[in-house]
Amino acid sequence: TFRVTVRDALNQAMDEELERDERVFLLGEEVAQYDGAYKVSRGLWKKYGDKRIIDTPITEMGFAGIAVGAAMAGLRPICEFMTFNFSMQAIDQVINSAAKTYYMSAGQQSVPIVFRGPNGASAGVAAQHSQCFAAWYGHCPGLKVVSPWSAEDAKGLLKSAIRDDNPVVFLENELMYGVPFEMSEESQSKDFTIPIGKAKVERQGNHITLVTHSRYVSHCLDAAAVLAKEGIECEVINLRTIRPLDVESIETSVMKTNHLVTVEGGWPQYGVGAEICARIMEGPAFNYLDAPVTRVTGVDIPMPYAKILEDNSVPQIKDVIFSVKKTLNV
Amino acid sequence: MKTMLAIISNALCRITGRTVGAQTVSELLIDLSEYVNVTSPAAPALAATPRQPPKPPPVSARASAAELVSAQSDQLDRPGARVVVSRSFADFTPQASFDIKKCDVHRLEEGPPLKAELTREQGLQYYRIMQTVRRMELKADQLYKQKIIRGFCHLYDGQEACAAGIEAAINPSDHLITAYRAHGYTYTRGVSVKEILAELTGRKGGVAKGKGGSMHMYAPRFYGGNGIVGAQVPLGAGIALACQYQGNDQVCVTLYGDGAANQGQLFESFNMAALWKLPCIFICENNQYGMGTSMERASASTDYYKRGDFVPGIRVDGMDVLCVREATKFAADHCRSGKGPIIMELQTYRYHGHSMSDPGVSYRTREEIQEVRSKSDPISMLKERMLSNNMASIEEFKEIDVAIRKEVEDAAQFATSDPEPPLEELCNHIFHNNPPLEVRGTNPWVTLKSVS
Repeated sequence: TFRVTVRDALNQAMDEELERDERVFLLGEEVAQYDGAYKVSRGLWKKYGDKRIIDTPITEMGFAGIAVGAAMAGLRPICEFMTFNFSMQAIDQVINSAAKTYYMSAGQQSVPIVFRGPNGASAGVAAQHSQCFAAWYGHCPGLKVVSPWSAEDAKGLLKSAIRDDNPVVFLENELMYGVPFEMSEESQSKDFTIPIGKAKVERQGNHITLVTHSRYVSHCLDAAAVLAKEGIECEVINLRTIRPLDVESIETSVMKTNHLVTVEGGWPQYGVGAEICARIMEGPAFNYLDAPVTRVTGVDIPMPYAKILEDNSVPQIKDVIFSVKKTLNV
Repeated sequence: MKTMLAIISNALCRITGRTVGAQTVSELLIDLSEYVNVTSPAAPALAATPRQPPKPPPVSARASAAELVSAQSDQLDRPGARVVVSRSFADFTPQASFDIKKCDVHRLEEGPPLKAELTREQGLQYYRIMQTVRRMELKADQLYKQKIIRGFCHLYDGQEACAAGIEAAINPSDHLITAYRAHGYTYTRGVSVKEILAELTGRKGGVAKGKGGSMHMYAPRFYGGNGIVGAQVPLGAGIALACQYQGNDQVCVTLYGDGAANQGQLFESFNMAALWKLPCIFICENNQYGMGTSMERASASTDYYKRGDFVPGIRVDGMDVLCVREATKFAADHCRSGKGPIIMELQTYRYHGHSMSDPGVSYRTREEIQEVRSKSDPISMLKERMLSNNMASIEEFKEIDVAIRKEVEDAAQFATSDPEPPLEELCNHIFHNNPPLEVRGTNPWVTLKSVS
């Protein structure tokens, strides 16, 4: 096996796809000569040059629109937002120009584009730089929204996203970039992809289902390890994709464990966990629940700066453990 | 007999516009029979008469006319008279040169030429295009008032010279994107009146199968139809990027209005287009009002052709199709030669209000609208130019008008009778090249199917 950081996995994915298809190109702030604000695109400009790796001015609405236009005219752009907070400047282009066009044109005009960048909380960057956009983009038909956790997720899903003929919002996490993971043999193949829309069971368990995405998969696995010592076996599901949501995987698990806890970094109101609760209620798994679904989320406030405050604004491992025990009534 | 044959052959040449060689009498008569009732002894003589509808003949000639087989009258539909009406093209001026208004320039050494060549064919074609757009928009107005078209409907009448002139100057392989006042461009970029009207009425025969409506019509190399003011401008710059990237020598014409001209994303686009020398022709269709706000009330600077700052610009008479054509050619050459983007401001006017829900007279006077109609109408201007230069006849224009009227009428007929899209279509076209997926309906028990 290979020990690869999420950052390098993303880099590999883009490198392989740039090589494979001439129409693929990357644009965004600092992606070229700076090697990427978070070094995700390191080395790519040197290898592929100005035509394929394009530094843009700080004009999100403009360059996101340009990327969408290029996708409409036959190219396959990867549009990087330095963080998804800045995507709000360009959100009209993502939703109205990219997501809706295939439908409005009754299938005449497709938009094969990937919008990628770090999403959600970082460390000490305060309120304007810490928002999670999974729920916002996950709300919109016409978009696919992906949220990888591991290096293998990152590589396989980014390759799929680039090869997908539709607009994909690819939510990375800055705190995960430097985390190394074991990657399988097959993940080293240049054609290795992970299908968008399928969740993965990261850990099997019988007592309770934990559904989560991105960074919080780690939290859930850590919590599961602690709980296992107390005899509580958690099944941890890594959503991998926010939209389309793999409800079947969640239902299958809940029908086995009878208990469900969702864990996310974003705010609770109208969030990913809220959607999962609603979907479970509407489906067969409802009758298998022995307790209401519990949501573990970020605190419903703008992100503060001071470390103690910030640490207490997002779910911690102890919050997951506490919520599991409450749900199981132990 | 030979002289008679010669006279008849000459007449035939003029009528048919072809060179008719020496023929036998029977061949000639066959040709002639298309145009003239061959039992009419008066026909060859009439062919030689000058081009006025014939005056009622004196009684004696009428007497001989009584020998004619079909019912005759003194009207123009007398078989002989048709010979006069079908003019030979050799009678008309095939090409003429017209003075066009000088364009103001910004950051350019020189502008488009001051003269435009126009052939008869081109003139008739531009006339046909503009008149079709005019009649189509007026038909849309009618259908909207009958509540057969609903929602947004932004009409283009008055601005026809812009769409026609631009299309005349670019290649079908070039690209074009505009905002929501898009019906004219949808037509010039190749969609039929029928498919446009059926889209407006929301039927399955519409160009977007009824799913887009007025503001979301598409065609190859035509990227709509965009509802969000200004959003189409970065898109257009992106299409130009794709042209440059693919090295195909194509340009993208990116249109916006005086209302959109103040949008920040435009300046972002100008910046990147200039930085990267994108082959993008940014065109401001300045019809003087952004919805109900005149340009003076919205823009600190109304010199829209200068607003690109470092991007060169020209200001063009948008009511003159030839001026628009020459300016667009100039702009396209500029882009294709690798000089980067250029801005064109077309000074034009819309007769209707902003949309069908705007009467268009609360922020401007009826006198103003009437003045533009009478002095600067693009279709009238072209027609008068051609007539006064003997490039076509009034009858020809009438025939074209009749044909267009029929086309638009038939299209409206289709648009009102074609069925609405079937409900099975509701969830289709969410994703491209995707396996079918399930879409939640209005309640948990309704699961709908979506195919690509």
